[in-house]
Amino acid sequence: MQSDDITWSIINKSFCSFKIQTKSQKFCRNEFNLTGLCSRSSCPLANTQYATVREEKGVIYLYMRTAERAFFPAKQWEKVKLSRNFVKALQQIDENLIFWKKYFRQKCRQRLLKITQYLTRMRKIKLGRQKKLVPIQRKVDLRIKRREEKALVAARIDNAIEKQLLQRLKDGTYERIYNFPQEAFNVRIDEEEEESEIEDEEEYEEEKEEEVETDEDVEGELEKEALEDERRDEMDSDDDDDDDDDDDGGDDEDEDSEEEHQFVADFDESDDDLEDAAERMAMSSDGDEYEEEVKGRSIVRRHPVSLRNIKSRGKARLEVEYEMPEDSSKEKVTT
Amino acid sequence: MEMDTCTAEESQQDDRQDTIMPAHTNIKDIKNKSRRAKAFVEMKREKRKKKLQEAKEKKKLAAKLGKNAPAKKQPHTIESLREKDDTMVEEEDEELEHEEANDEYASYFTKSYVPKILITCSDNPHTKTIAFIRELCRIIPGAVPKWRSRSSIKKMVKKATDKGFTDILVVNEDRRIPNGLLVIHLPEGPSALFRLSNPKLCKDIHRDYNEITGHRPEVILNNFRTRLGRVVARMLGALFHYDPEFKGRRVCTFHNQRDYIFFRHHRYEFKNTEKVKLRELGPRFTLRLQWIQQGAFDGDYEWALKRHEMETSRRRFFL
Repeated sequence: MQSDDITWSIINKSFCSFKIQTKSQKFCRNEFNLTGLCSRSSCPLANTQYATVREEKGVIYLYMRTAERAFFPAKQWEKVKLSRNFVKALQQIDENLIFWKKYFRQKCRQRLLKITQYLTRMRKIKLGRQKKLVPIQRKVDLRIKRREEKALVAARIDNAIEKQLLQRLKDGTYERIYNFPQEAFNVRIDEEEEESEIEDEEEYEEEKEEEVETDEDVEGELEKEALEDERRDEMDSDDDDDDDDDDDGGDDEDEDSEEEHQFVADFDESDDDLEDAAERMAMSSDGDEYEEEVKGRSIVRRHPVSLRNIKSRGKARLEVEYEMPEDSSKEKVTT
Repeated sequence: MEMDTCTAEESQQDDRQDTIMPAHTNIKDIKNKSRRAKAFVEMKREKRKKKLQEAKEKKKLAAKLGKNAPAKKQPHTIESLREKDDTMVEEEDEELEHEEANDEYASYFTKSYVPKILITCSDNPHTKTIAFIRELCRIIPGAVPKWRSRSSIKKMVKKATDKGFTDILVVNEDRRIPNGLLVIHLPEGPSALFRLSNPKLCKDIHRDYNEITGHRPEVILNNFRTRLGRVVARMLGALFHYDPEFKGRRVCTFHNQRDYIFFRHHRYEFKNTEKVKLRELGPRFTLRLQWIQQGAFDGDYEWALKRHEMETSRRRFFL
């Protein structure tokens, strides 16, 4: 007991390795310190009779040291496990520190309360959601950004989108919606055939003065509509056949309709006869001239146009029918 | 160099008659700076001339040969030098079709349900995130935005399945801008985490969001070549309604380039069969896949980006 004062006078005035001094406060880093502050009554080095409450892995213990054991540093602390029940734990403290100074009893009780509070809070947090904080390494982040920019440049997204859309157009996904006049196609038998779109023949028929084999035209159209897919397959394979046949001048009805199925618009737009058309098909150069005529005067009209309103059709137009696609019946969402 | 000296050395000089002073074959040997500079300019001009001549000759040759001309040499790109991947998929692979007929998205492709999306964010979203979520709801048909209110994701998954949602999108936020997107397909589907970067709203592209109509958009999924890429592509595509309204002329594109998925939203207009005009509406952002999990936010990781193992080569991509 006498040594306490001596110890304190030394520690306080000169050096204590556990002491941390800030502008306003003195802290004690000793793990057995009761309050955490550096003061005469709470210094574990300067009080041989000392008690603390500490928790280890969620279990709370009461540590006590008496003057008798002060000289056996390894055996000086007596450890008492406190009850999980808070009230019982308080009683335990009071029992064990029954004749000690009031200071120790008070501080131990307060410390017990604090510890139980933070333990319950920890348990609550663990039950809820926890955000995982992922650290960002700056250099890696910059690298990723840089590569993204370069990938963007290499991607040429607009080109890719346009290509895809045109591909879809050719594959016929927009079948009923877009009516491209046949002249817009680069139709050449020698080269690969493109898919032809359904023509809206009635418009053309209205204006035409010289109608060449209208009925057959119509028939051809109707047949085509009925057997679309098959026709497409046939078309590709029949290209050469058609060519030969035309040159011979033999006109079977079926073959006619097939050709018309490809070139109907040509017939309708032009005032030429079938023979001229045949010549045109045989020699691609003629076809070019014809197309040049038409391409030069193409306008795109964007309003939905009813059939009656088309009057003067000197220029080729893109007719867009805003029809709903046939399989438009939607399923309702049922929950 | 011929010299008029004594006859004894003449014989030697005759041999040396042909010796010429060494010419400056190297420009850097010219000590005079202005002369050196001029010589350099000359050299460059010569080089250029030669190059143009070669190009011209090549062209002539190609024109002469017509179709038999040697093919033009394509320059190397990172895509052309990409490391061969076992999981690269050609179109119309039987095995692939078989697998895809039985995976989680098969029901989407058989058009048996309409996708209903739940979009949330993290707990305290800031303005940009909220605006981003609003934009997402505009572009994805059938999207329902909800506040997070501190619900955990597993509970969210359960509740959403009960209410009939088919997908959940959780937008994660960092430093006041959206930076992550978690896509969970609901009835036990795969979940994927993407890192979102460069989010640009309509007004950042100087477009009015009112231009976005209510028509159901088409979806374009570009450049997803490996198996993993196909899974991701189906996942993203299944967010949209299976039946697009073509008359709306809206198209949403997910374009994959070097493992970065760029999202764009356009309105298109066909001028003729050769030309399409695009007008960009709507938000744009890029995604980068972090991991894919087999269950709806629990289960094995089907694929996870491990930086030290996977980012070793610059020519190696996974999507």
